[in-house]
Amino acid sequence: MVEDILVDIKKDYVLSKLREGERIDGRKFDEFRKIEIQTNVISKAEGSALVKLGNTQVIVGIKMQIGEPFPDTPDKGIIITNAELVPLASPTFEPGPPDEFSIELARVVDRGIRESEAVDLNKLCIEEGEKVWLIFIDIHALDDDGNLLDASSLAAISALLMTTVPAERFEVGDNYPLPVRNLPVSVTSLVIGDKFLVDPSKDEVSVGNTFLTITTDQDDNIVAMQKSGSYLLKEDKFFEILDVSLSKAREIREYLKNI
Amino acid sequence: MSESNEEKKDEIQLIFGDKRLDGRRFDELRNIKIEAGILKRADGSCYLEMGKNIVVAAVYGPREVHPRHLQNPSKAVIRYRYNMAPFSVEERKRPGPDRRSVEISKVSREALEAVIMKELFPRSGIDIFVEVLQADAGSRTACLNAASVALVDAGVPMKGMITSVAVAKADGVMVLDPMKEEDNYGEADIPFAFLIRGGKIESIALLQMDGRVTKDELREAFKLAKKGAMEIYKLQKEAIMKKYISESVENG
Repeated sequence: MVEDILVDIKKDYVLSKLREGERIDGRKFDEFRKIEIQTNVISKAEGSALVKLGNTQVIVGIKMQIGEPFPDTPDKGIIITNAELVPLASPTFEPGPPDEFSIELARVVDRGIRESEAVDLNKLCIEEGEKVWLIFIDIHALDDDGNLLDASSLAAISALLMTTVPAERFEVGDNYPLPVRNLPVSVTSLVIGDKFLVDPSKDEVSVGNTFLTITTDQDDNIVAMQKSGSYLLKEDKFFEILDVSLSKAREIREYLKNI
Repeated sequence: MSESNEEKKDEIQLIFGDKRLDGRRFDELRNIKIEAGILKRADGSCYLEMGKNIVVAAVYGPREVHPRHLQNPSKAVIRYRYNMAPFSVEERKRPGPDRRSVEISKVSREALEAVIMKELFPRSGIDIFVEVLQADAGSRTACLNAASVALVDAGVPMKGMITSVAVAKADGVMVLDPMKEEDNYGEADIPFAFLIRGGKIESIALLQMDGRVTKDELREAFKLAKKGAMEIYKLQKEAIMKKYISESVENG
């Protein structure tokens, strides 16, 4: 109940600031919080990254195994993405099987990586029709201060960039770096009426879970989109958000190239 | 966006001149058949065929919410369940919700939540169940179209009609309402749902996409989707009119 009242107060504050054309933390509408990426934080994983987006923290670990390919892609590796919103990350997360939020999170991150063909799956075949590499992308939320999605996407691609295929451990040749050939970047906007804010913080989200996520690749192609939340979006607003998402993604991609 | 074979192959030719694999033009919908009020027990229902998709939607409510703690004192709780029958696809689908169905149910529910006047029914629940009996690409759009008609049939007040259609990119061109081959072997899939009010498309209620498209291609996709949505909207309206006209004839 106390939580509900606090949310209402925050909501009024966010909205009144918004009417003045400001965000509560002083950011511009198209400004991300400070991004920090630490790589190889887990030595037991094939690749890993801890991403901080302001106070939001997400860790992604990549594990690889050998398994059977899908019958319709006998010569390609397989990507499996999962997200765990563990109770440690937020007072509202509960233990148990993944709910619709964590499923959506994992699937939207997955789409960006898959559709941009970030990982060259053709180079992950060991024996056609028999043995291919399985790449498990496991997203572990540590602190949810808003926009877990972009933090997770960033952590996932950062971790993949650091991944070494553990061929020696499985006795199938020499270790080699995971072939990563594209850098998908997701940009999530909080849509409030006729305004939108990129990279919303938890306090800003008190106005409602009304998001649009657009993932673009290094050639400015759109590779994934997800409108999330019960709200109505105008077409001209969509194209405005698209333009901002494209330019923000370019900035973040430059940052990614230097990790 | 199918679960297991999300990898695409590009061995199949999908476009032949200005025609598609099944002979349709780029901006042509599949055959659509809609019938409202086909289930006796439900408060509202709809049968819908869209190409080879066959779906049935039922609406229960507004009614009491169970379990009680889910009730909301200021508005109705909307629940939406997209469910595929085990026999609806080539290879038997294991019964029950998978990750894909959970995601589809979430975004579809949110699309309807945005147009249902839920503030009129505090503490109550409106349940929308949609069963996919046969699936052939675009089943989420077929389900939303059916759900929308079923909601009207149930007399649930809405800001307007939800009409849904997908656009795909196949062999480099944007095509309306893709069928299975275009979905599997195409380069992108973009499901849309619009709020149509007073006979006009007002806003976007659902938008997803996977694949690879440029901004210009997205503009083309919007154009195609809006054209398709207006055609589907007419059919939805006809189905509702047909039911109510026949009802009023029966009742003298």
